[in-house]
Amino acid sequence: MDENVVLTARGITMTFPGVKALDNVDLTLRKGEVHALMGENGAGKSTLIKCLTGINDFEAGEIHIEGIEGPVKNHSTADAQNVGISTVYQEVNLCPNLSVAENLFIGREPMTALHMIDRKSYTKRARELMNELGIEVDVTQNLENYSLAVQQMVAIARAVDMECKVLILDEPTSSLDEGEVEKLFTLIRKLKEDGVSIVFVTHFLEQVYAVCDRITVLRNGTFVGEYPIDELPRVKLVAAMMGKDLDDLAAIEKEEIDTAHADMAISARELSHTGTVKPFDLDVYKGEVVGVAGLLGSGRSELARVIYGADRASTGNLKVKDADVNIRQPIDAMNLGMGLLPDDRKAEGIIGELSVRENIILALQAKKGAFKLLSPKEQIEIADRYIDLLQIKTASRDTLVKQLSGGNQQKVILARWLATDPDFLILDEPTRGIDVGTKSEIQKLIVKLAKEGKSVLFISSEIMEMLRTSNRMVIMRDGQKVNELTGELTQEDVMGAIAGGES
Amino acid sequence: MKNSGRKINSNTVLLIITIVLFVVLYAGGCIAYGSKGFTHLQTFLNILITNAGLICIACGMTVVMLTGGIDISVGSLVAMDCMMIAVGLQAGIGMVPMIIIVLGVGLLFGAVQGYCVGYLEIQPFIVTMAGMFFGRGMTAVISTDQLSITQDINAAFYNLANLKIALPFGGYTNNKGVYQVPFIRVGVVVALVVLVVIFIMLRYTKFGRSLYAVGGSEQSAQMMGLNVKWAKMRAYMLSSFLCSIGGICYCLNTMAGSVQQALGLEMDAIASSVIGGTLLTGGVGNVIGSFFGVLINGTISSIVKSNGKLASSWPNILTAILLFVFIVIQSLFALYRSRKNK
Amino acid sequence: MNKNNTSIWTRIRSSALFLPFVCLVLVMAVNIIYDTMNGSNPLTFFIITLRDTTGNGTILYGRIIDILNRGSEAALLALGMTLVVSSSAGTDISVGSVMSVCASFCCMLLAGYGVSSTNDFNVPLVVGILAALILGCVCGAFNGFLVAFLKIQPMVATLILYSAARAVGLLMCNDLIVYIRNDAYGFLGGFCGILPTPIIITAICIVILTLVLKKTALGMYIQSVGINDKASRIAGLNSKMIIWATYVLCGLFAAIAGVVASSRITSADSNNIGLYMELDAILAVALGGNSLGGGKFNLAGSVIGAYTIQAITTTLYNLGVSSAQAPVFKAIIVIIIVAIQAPPVKAFMRKRAAQKQTVREGARA
Repeated sequence: MDENVVLTARGITMTFPGVKALDNVDLTLRKGEVHALMGENGAGKSTLIKCLTGINDFEAGEIHIEGIEGPVKNHSTADAQNVGISTVYQEVNLCPNLSVAENLFIGREPMTALHMIDRKSYTKRARELMNELGIEVDVTQNLENYSLAVQQMVAIARAVDMECKVLILDEPTSSLDEGEVEKLFTLIRKLKEDGVSIVFVTHFLEQVYAVCDRITVLRNGTFVGEYPIDELPRVKLVAAMMGKDLDDLAAIEKEEIDTAHADMAISARELSHTGTVKPFDLDVYKGEVVGVAGLLGSGRSELARVIYGADRASTGNLKVKDADVNIRQPIDAMNLGMGLLPDDRKAEGIIGELSVRENIILALQAKKGAFKLLSPKEQIEIADRYIDLLQIKTASRDTLVKQLSGGNQQKVILARWLATDPDFLILDEPTRGIDVGTKSEIQKLIVKLAKEGKSVLFISSEIMEMLRTSNRMVIMRDGQKVNELTGELTQEDVMGAIAGGES
Repeated sequence: MKNSGRKINSNTVLLIITIVLFVVLYAGGCIAYGSKGFTHLQTFLNILITNAGLICIACGMTVVMLTGGIDISVGSLVAMDCMMIAVGLQAGIGMVPMIIIVLGVGLLFGAVQGYCVGYLEIQPFIVTMAGMFFGRGMTAVISTDQLSITQDINAAFYNLANLKIALPFGGYTNNKGVYQVPFIRVGVVVALVVLVVIFIMLRYTKFGRSLYAVGGSEQSAQMMGLNVKWAKMRAYMLSSFLCSIGGICYCLNTMAGSVQQALGLEMDAIASSVIGGTLLTGGVGNVIGSFFGVLINGTISSIVKSNGKLASSWPNILTAILLFVFIVIQSLFALYRSRKNK
Repeated sequence: MNKNNTSIWTRIRSSALFLPFVCLVLVMAVNIIYDTMNGSNPLTFFIITLRDTTGNGTILYGRIIDILNRGSEAALLALGMTLVVSSSAGTDISVGSVMSVCASFCCMLLAGYGVSSTNDFNVPLVVGILAALILGCVCGAFNGFLVAFLKIQPMVATLILYSAARAVGLLMCNDLIVYIRNDAYGFLGGFCGILPTPIIITAICIVILTLVLKKTALGMYIQSVGINDKASRIAGLNSKMIIWATYVLCGLFAAIAGVVASSRITSADSNNIGLYMELDAILAVALGGNSLGGGKFNLAGSVIGAYTIQAITTTLYNLGVSSAQAPVFKAIIVIIIVAIQAPPVKAFMRKRAAQKQTVREGARA
């Protein structure tokens, strides 16, 4: 083994019932490097990580770790921690009901002579640790009192303090805003200097180029290659992940609309939801795509939820097609021709154990009411139409939706809304966590919908894709609608508006 | 925004509500039934004596509830314990071996339940419900008679049950002019020892803290390298073990074994824990609260008994109402918190 | 050929009704063995005859009829329980107590408060029964409110009525057992023509509920909410109302079961009506191949499960196990059945099956 190498995995193979999740995959990790693990959904990144951390039991292959004779096989996360591998996941895996200090030390608390936990000394050590890493918290407070970003950093601090050689960060930035991401990167760079090897899994290409030294790319459970960061420019990385060149990303043509003569789709005045979004005005015209940009927590999702009635409006009024309406819950909005594709696909989108067919017809059925059941024939017809239209990859229309990949699940939910034939569709992060190919398909679909005279409110954390599709951009900051931008815009214009100040 | 001063800890609020409620109830009892001796220290001690078993059981229940589980087998386990003691002593087994047997059976009972919950991942409610029916049925299998333990059967046990431990304070002279020395019984001592031990265990041992972690987030606890399954299994073992200790205390009070004994005791134990601020979702609570929960329960029974005219089902109904109120308060806190976090 | 065989076997085994059928077959086998050993006709279990009785005229008689009759309450409860389990991933443990309080309420109205025995109705019979059914719905509505709107764990929410309802029933009956000595009241638990009335009532309830679930989208709604209530809400379903409705239905079925149970003994015995019935109902649901974790449900499975349990109980009694001891065996059966369905056990079985498969393939190669 190379002197500098901390961890090598060779020929890792693992099958789930019916699927080869990993086929002969390699990973080499050097001391003090940040190593990106890239791949589309279903490429096998998570599976590989779970093999390293002992959650998955792989069938073939070997893992070697510096300083340990022979192959290592972990059977639990505890095993993995013992050999120096720690993981921080996207969802913070800490206990919200315990204090920060306790979260840092649980399972390895310092003990007094009487075999009792030494609460004083670990509080002190926790304080030192947080100071050292530059995280500002009161360690005696319960974790649930802090923001997600702080919780994430506490999780990293815990991992670091356990003298890990290898720190795996599995999509740690998905729910962080830009400032928080920057803080996290500072922490990552500091750890790197201390000689920790970091495996970084993310969907954000910019972040890869911001902190990583080396990239390993997986595709469909196979190993594509390992590259130093300078030798793999963005386009090549995407090509390696996709297995094909992607020129059609640019080939979207949006239609300009004349707002002076267009009909109004919705018109909000002083609409708000206490605690999440301050009163705002918003007009959306027929056939228009309006992008909503803002950092996470800026109220961009909440704005959509208030319009749709997912959160009930505290103040203000809403007009749909020039008529005053009162929306108390989603079904009211649906009856007015709205649809909402929520940002959290798993929690608020799919009904995992129902079939693709049932998932597609659900909203339409809800709109028709419980006592007007769609006949089996109609159900099949609708389901097949959208499976075909959106090219949903599924074994059959009666496959359970949870068995589909993330991108295809997203398409199913999209199909659910298209089936209701909405006039006004809200898409909250429709492209998050899905592969580049599907992303461009969805963008094309948005433009197509607009051409058909429907209105779309498009929320995304990727400004480029909104610029590509939207006629107008609404800027959100701190729960407030701060600006509306029209005309030819660049990414910098929008970012400037989001950041505030003079742009 | 992130750390705006001191947060009002809703859990502390719950505990304070509980203590205030107890004081108010007890004061109410004193005012209404002072003439029937409610104001004497002995009335309070009697509540402790009657509920010594329940204190042990509630401690066990709290431990299980901290992990987010529940144990509704306790009532029938107590019945089984009493029946075993009654039958065993009658068969001539000595007191100490019998106590060891009962405790051993409790541990085994808990181990089976704990294995089902921890390792087989079956819902605690289903497992312990089966345990509850098993215990009740097993009691009938051991004997369907109404047995009572008299001095002839086992003198040692009889004497232990009747042992009065006098307290050096708080006595009074009754209307016949005799000075009444306040006393407690062995069960109370056992219960208080259990209370202290469990309190320390929950606060200062790895096992205790791992229970909180499991209750807070099972997945996280697992990810942090804790052995969740083992922790859960031990929680149920501890619960059934404490329940068996409670069963012995209970038996010392009733000196009898019967299939119908301790019906609905699980309700009292759960109600005590909940009223004492243990969250049903797990992760929050401690045995001090549960202790006050038991006292509230006992006070209600005492008041109903002092009244003398109320139907026997009233304590049940009142406990249920209290349980209802506290569950609603808990859920409102939880709803408020989740709304705030959004 | 061989491959085809396995696939049919696997299909049968993975069928939702596999488990209850296996249990039913086992129970029958035990009966046949027992009867043979006693020297009676090995098929006694299956024989149904017409018999003349002094009280009820000509009626159908046989062990199966008895099981269908006695299992009626459990089957009724299982209907409601299935929906509750599906929509809220929890069980309603108050059904036994609700049965009791509804029976007590009905008898109290019919006899008048404080009367312990009556021959004549104080109010018309229909009023008494309707009032009982309404009370059942109210109990269900209370449970449903706690679960759906206050987001309390179902078992904890229903714990309140589990302990209080029976006590309230005792209060209504003034701590007495109220006897209604009137044939009209005994009809519901007696005979209708040659068939026991409870069987007919249960059959009607099953048919109505099945039709409702088949002909409307309610079945899908309930499952959808049970699987993911947030997503269901966004998709336009009123999750809370749907969960609430399943509890009301569960209460209604408990009330029907309560009235039937009370009619059988023409009295309201608050302490004993519906005692331990919640276990039978939950067991029926689990036995019917329904996941207690909510989501998808199979009504037929639950009903078969309920009758299977009654068959087990009847068989136990035949074997000389007393009614006080029977819970021991039921508890063991519950644990075994639930353990078979437990994820870790299933995973283990799958792994073993996969290993066998590889071995077989290896041998063939």
